[in-house]
Amino acid sequence: MPGTKYLQTPLKDDNLKELKIGDKVLITGTIYTARDAAHKRLVDLIEAGKELPFDIKGQIIYFVGPSPARPGMPIGSAGPTTSYRMDPYSPILLDAGLKGMIGKGPRNKEVIDSMIKNKAVYLAAIGGAAVVMAQSIKEAKVIAYEDLGPEAIRELKVENFPCIVANNIYGNDLFDEGVRKYKK
Amino acid sequence: MREIDVKEIIPIVRKLCIDASIYIGKDVVEKLKEFQEKEESPIAKEIISIIFENQRLAVEKQMPLCQDTGVAVFFIELGQDVHLVGGDFYEAINEGVRQGYKEGYLRKSMVDDPIIERKNTRDNTPALIYLDIVPGDEIKITLAAKGGGSENMSEVKMMKAADGIEGVIDFVVDRVKRSGGNPCPPIIVGVGLGGDFEQSALLAKKSLLRSLTEKNSGTKWAKVEDEILERVNNLGIGPQGLGGRTTAIAVNILHKACHIACMPVAVNIQCHVHRHKTAVI
Repeated sequence: MPGTKYLQTPLKDDNLKELKIGDKVLITGTIYTARDAAHKRLVDLIEAGKELPFDIKGQIIYFVGPSPARPGMPIGSAGPTTSYRMDPYSPILLDAGLKGMIGKGPRNKEVIDSMIKNKAVYLAAIGGAAVVMAQSIKEAKVIAYEDLGPEAIRELKVENFPCIVANNIYGNDLFDEGVRKYKK
Repeated sequence: MREIDVKEIIPIVRKLCIDASIYIGKDVVEKLKEFQEKEESPIAKEIISIIFENQRLAVEKQMPLCQDTGVAVFFIELGQDVHLVGGDFYEAINEGVRQGYKEGYLRKSMVDDPIIERKNTRDNTPALIYLDIVPGDEIKITLAAKGGGSENMSEVKMMKAADGIEGVIDFVVDRVKRSGGNPCPPIIVGVGLGGDFEQSALLAKKSLLRSLTEKNSGTKWAKVEDEILERVNNLGIGPQGLGGRTTAIAVNILHKACHIACMPVAVNIQCHVHRHKTAVI
């Protein structure tokens, strides 16, 4: 891959400035999980002017609903879910300070515009490589919405969690450019 | 006539659920290797290598290949000389699913009400069960565990005879194009032609059960499959939608008779974590 970059959470503008689409990044630090149902609840809280269950500023949300952990393991299989289902919610979370999202599949124009405006990035993890992803997750705990089961919000401690930069802060889009390059 | 106690089915279904989630089919591996060799994009090549690493780790750690361990879809061929005793057949299948998803540490992905409540049933039931009565005194149970991401990219279209085979091919290719990176490519494209509205969809799903290394037994359909595969891979979508020559590794078609006014076409998209396992009782 073109280049490997290391990212530490919470994310800083300076680290994001240099990211190019297609870069391989390895993330270390704390990230948060949320899927459709949790996104709806987070956005409802923002719209009601209430506090979120975690400080979202500079953070990364990973779109994942992991499988249950075997005894002695921090988490089960944990690959990304499809991101477009989060498109209606993401701009609101980006405006609230979210700096990064991890998922699979392309984002719509509203999300890409919001990423430019808020200097945020979207990172692609490999869908269906869920055991590989789980190896980089060292700790996991449910911090909100336990009733949602696999869709609860979890705080994950990750080490060198592998992703590919799909959208950087300048509005470049690997889903668009990559496909154009190999189209016949 | 052969008597079979439905309680015998429970541990068999339980094992099918666990095994399907961990062990990928040899045909999928073979096809991925074939396409990786031809792949032009370095990112795409690396993604396929990571998929192989994932398949290896799943077995080593006895963890499901994908966190989305799917809706449990069953295709059952019930021999007409079988007499089922000892309880409710459908409940036995569901109990097997309940046990398999719990003991295999598989994700429970079913909600009871599709729209308003969407409350997780917490045991991955109900299973979806399709039953065919066939000659003989055996029960053949095939589980196809289907993930939501690829299922969401599927579609049924009621076409007209005037659209012809070219219209059908255009629709299938366009369906893959509109799916982009969403269904976790490399994908397998299941196509159901004919029947009626709902049967075309079922044919599309059933077509995915054919081994990816086995050619369609109908020569004309094998040619259509090849044409769709070539056109789909010319789209440039590539693994995960990040660009490349490997968008699909196979196209499988199943067809049936239909009404003179109709030409139903269904596309069921399957991700590279293509899970299905069969047991015979």
